[in-house]
Amino acid sequence: MAEIHGAVTIESERCKGCNLCVVACPCDVLALQPKEVNDRGYHYAYPANEKACIGCAACALVCPDACIEVFRVVAK
Amino acid sequence: MTREEIIQNGTKVYSRPRLLNKNNMHYCPGCSHGVVHKLVAEIIDEMGLEHDAIGIAPVGCAVFAYNYIDIDWAEAAHGRAPALATAISRLRPDKVVFTYQGDGDLAAIGSAETIHACTRGENIVIIMINNGIYGMTGGQMSPCTLEGAKTATTPYGRRHDLNGFPLKVADVVSLLDGTCYVTRQAVHTPGAVRKAKAALKKAFKNAQEKKGTSFVEIVSTCNSGWKMSPEKSNKWMEENMFAHYPLGDLKDTTK
Amino acid sequence: MKAEVKLMKGNEAIARAAIRYGADGYFGYPITPQSEVLETLEAEMPWETTGMVVLQAESEVASINMVYGGAAAGKAVMTSSSSPGVSLMQEGISYLAASELPALIVNVMRGGPGLGTIQPSQADYFQATKGGGHGDYHIIVLAPSTVQEMADFVALGFDLAFKYRTPAMIMADGVVGQMMEKVVLPEQRPRRTNEQIARECPWALTGKPDSRKPNIITSLELDSAIMEKNNERFQETYRRIQENEVRYEERFTDDAEYLIVAFGSVARICLKAIEDARKKGIKVGLIRPITLWPFPYKEIARVAEHTKGILCVELNAGQMVEDVRLAVGDKVPVRHFGRMGGIVPAPQEVLDALEHDFHINSL
Repeated sequence: MAEIHGAVTIESERCKGCNLCVVACPCDVLALQPKEVNDRGYHYAYPANEKACIGCAACALVCPDACIEVFRVVAK
Repeated sequence: MTREEIIQNGTKVYSRPRLLNKNNMHYCPGCSHGVVHKLVAEIIDEMGLEHDAIGIAPVGCAVFAYNYIDIDWAEAAHGRAPALATAISRLRPDKVVFTYQGDGDLAAIGSAETIHACTRGENIVIIMINNGIYGMTGGQMSPCTLEGAKTATTPYGRRHDLNGFPLKVADVVSLLDGTCYVTRQAVHTPGAVRKAKAALKKAFKNAQEKKGTSFVEIVSTCNSGWKMSPEKSNKWMEENMFAHYPLGDLKDTTK
Repeated sequence: MKAEVKLMKGNEAIARAAIRYGADGYFGYPITPQSEVLETLEAEMPWETTGMVVLQAESEVASINMVYGGAAAGKAVMTSSSSPGVSLMQEGISYLAASELPALIVNVMRGGPGLGTIQPSQADYFQATKGGGHGDYHIIVLAPSTVQEMADFVALGFDLAFKYRTPAMIMADGVVGQMMEKVVLPEQRPRRTNEQIARECPWALTGKPDSRKPNIITSLELDSAIMEKNNERFQETYRRIQENEVRYEERFTDDAEYLIVAFGSVARICLKAIEDARKKGIKVGLIRPITLWPFPYKEIARVAEHTKGILCVELNAGQMVEDVRLAVGDKVPVRHFGRMGGIVPAPQEVLDALEHDFHINSL
């Protein structure tokens, strides 16, 4: 059976910590930094549970600031 | 596989749109404007319209839309975007002209320009971000504010006996013979974003093929104006806005 | 089309001159006494000959914003209206000025204020010459006194508008708009091509080629330091216009003891009054400002030096007279004679006013 591996990169300085990607992710990959903030003071999103990512791009689609890029490998 | 291996070996399946430039958008966190900007930038690129698209920005939160998508833009006086678009589209029929407006700009002060551009069947795309509020000026009632909704100018909630009923603009313009495509979309979930993109793309194609006016309403949130988190705003929109502004195509004469 | 002589109304001359200039677009809304501009254009169907776009808009507000859009695309576009309609256009004219866009606006003035009357007036002088809309700006204001000038000022107005990237206005009164006279229409000029526009108007919205950054037409600038710089640039443009574009007509001023200053149709009534005065031995001259902005301050001051009094005759309660007073200060007494509400004075009334105001006893 084919295995799907996904990964996301997040431009953390562009992120405004709106949490919409966290909510959209079907695999609970993303979270907001609990303490750390970016230069503009936002608790930015990061892949807290990156192993679970399937590269579905749901997070990127709903991201209003276009900070997320998505990669996917289908391993046979 | 490690994260590095995936990024190195994998196919990138989602990128920041090429025509969306590096400027940080001024919108509040979670604002729907950003998602619609992305879609417009993607569509212009995918349709090869980079050299032919001309955008008209409104007065309102999207007044600076021209700072984010790298095409030619004009910034209109409040509500007048369809008048500018009419002239440009008629004087440059080789271009694809679209307006990008909020519900305050379009449905209140710009209602006459909207209705007449639509009834003339101008070959343009009109995009209306309907978040039921004046965001830029600090959250006042707009024509599309729902009954009961509290805003800076309806502090006890909109009452139809005092403030009239919320205006269903898409329904109005769908009755006009000049519109070829009227649709109501949202961008609050990945599925909705995909549908909204397909709708916007169809609208741009209609303009390119001179089929008449396409009107795309995006039911949206205004987290700051509604005084809710982005997540709660989406939920509130689903539970309240969609009842009054149901999603889907209202009219499509191009089928 | 070759140059030709025809008999027509001033409003019709505007329309026909616009086609022959090679104007790209006209956007307007009916209002008396200028509806013949739009009517003539619709009847001529220039979209089938020169390709000129003609559109009856839903309002004057829409018209001026269509002009704004067309001008943003680098096109030679115009509108026409009459006083109440031009009031509605003021916001758009301010935006045009602030976005440094060329456009031609025709105001065939009627009596006001309010809905007023459809009869002639010159009561929009302040509005046209002092800015009209919000913010610090001026537009070039041309005042025709003949049907020929109605035709000629279309080309002049467009040329000046493009030269300085600013709106220009033809401010006619209802008399010149409705009057029929012989007029020589110029030869047909070709409309500019899109390639020419891209070359001559590098700021215009043409769709962004790879060779340049996006063009943005906007009047908005939230950075006060930049906004002040923008304003300084506008003011510099206005200074250049004031230095180079003052136009006026001077008649019988060499030996004049009295001077009449009048514009538009009234200047022609005053010429008859001057003729009658001279028959009685009163030496009167005329200055007719053609550009109401920029105003011929220096020229009036020069002629005023050897006169005993200046009478400013207008179809209003006294508007241009303020600029005449600014021109001459307290060196020469300046009086105003005006009729309002759509009344046009007879030459004898002008002469009576002159004799009365300056205690002239023509024996």
